[in-house]
Amino acid sequence: MTNLRKVTVGVTGLNNIDSPGPGIPVIRGLRESKDFDLRVIGLAYEHLEPGIYMSDLVDKTYMIPYPAEGKDALFRRLVEINQKEKLDVIIPNFDAELFSFIKLEKKLEELGIKTYLPSLEQFEERHKSNLPAYGEKYGVNVPSGTEVFSISDLDNTLKSMNYPVMIKGKYYDAYKAYSFEQAVSYFTNMSGKWGLPVIVQEFIRGTEVNVIALGDGKGNLIAAVPMRKQYITDKGKAWGGITIDDKSMLDLAEKIISRTKWKGGMELELIRTSDNKLYLLEINPRIPAWVYLAVGAGQNIPEALLKLTLGMDVKPFTKYDFGKMFVRYSYDMIVDLELFSRLTTTGEL
Amino acid sequence: MIIKGNIALSENGFVFNPSTGDSFTLNNSGKEVLMMIKEGKNLTQIADMMIAKYDADRITIERYLEDFVNDLSVNNLMED
Repeated sequence: MTNLRKVTVGVTGLNNIDSPGPGIPVIRGLRESKDFDLRVIGLAYEHLEPGIYMSDLVDKTYMIPYPAEGKDALFRRLVEINQKEKLDVIIPNFDAELFSFIKLEKKLEELGIKTYLPSLEQFEERHKSNLPAYGEKYGVNVPSGTEVFSISDLDNTLKSMNYPVMIKGKYYDAYKAYSFEQAVSYFTNMSGKWGLPVIVQEFIRGTEVNVIALGDGKGNLIAAVPMRKQYITDKGKAWGGITIDDKSMLDLAEKIISRTKWKGGMELELIRTSDNKLYLLEINPRIPAWVYLAVGAGQNIPEALLKLTLGMDVKPFTKYDFGKMFVRYSYDMIVDLELFSRLTTTGEL
Repeated sequence: MIIKGNIALSENGFVFNPSTGDSFTLNNSGKEVLMMIKEGKNLTQIADMMIAKYDADRITIERYLEDFVNDLSVNNLMED
């Protein structure tokens, strides 16, 4: 019998809801690894994040403070959790928390907790608001766009654009606005939810396609799988998708990873226009929620990420199955009130 | 008239374009025509075979064939 390496991994993003976090599919990928004896510690912000109650996937969950409370509050809580769990690795899965985790990288390392994240520079550079400069620097087509800080800013910006336009939150959410009134409504909603700036972007008509990619921080593309969204929710999330055989998307992922020396998981959100041009809409600086499709297509990206984090040798994937689909579904779990009350009173379950 | 090499056609008439993720369902005659195009037959040869098999005149068959090939092209299933 083989002695598997015991690893305790903290994972955030357990909100497996209509706009799902990547935590649960990341854990599914990790659980499929044959190289680890895994203990998964969920790190949750909300008491009703469904992953907390998925005891077949998550061994134990601890509540952690919201990113708005700052990195010091997060660090104090992680110290407490680490005293009980001796975490080896944390895989953060939210854009909004990444700043804190990147800043805490060294302090966490001193506690014996490893992460595998982009540098602060890499993280900041790919912000939606920096996309035009990013496109120019790396030779990638991007929609024109600008950041706005007020309604009068918005008004001025829209005077030089054609409707529809995309109104995007700093971290999440994007809506198509067909009029100034709609744009104002989305601006107000988005600035209240995610803060300023709000991004106004040219609307590019075409097919939504995405690439999930993993970089090793030295310019090597370790994994990449392109996907076309087949069913899109009113929040713009893929509820069904299919892996496709598109070399130009892989080339783009390789170009971005190698030129930026990106470290960690990322998702390229792209549009393919009818004249076959690829436009980069966003770079999400972490593994996306559809990562399990990549696992199903032959690239276990969560496992590869864990191995890289632990300093193990990971050879780049060279193939994947195209024509693999994912179909997302929702599922009602029945949860005893006792579990919920234990979590809300003690902060752990 | 060449179908893209990576286009998959199943026995039940399901067509999948792995480059775009598009899929289509063909009826029996559509499937037969696509298979003949994949085999390298030209439109005249295909029309001859369809006339022999189906109860329709050449003009009708050729018109349907042209429409069908146009649909294949519009849907990115043909080589440029």
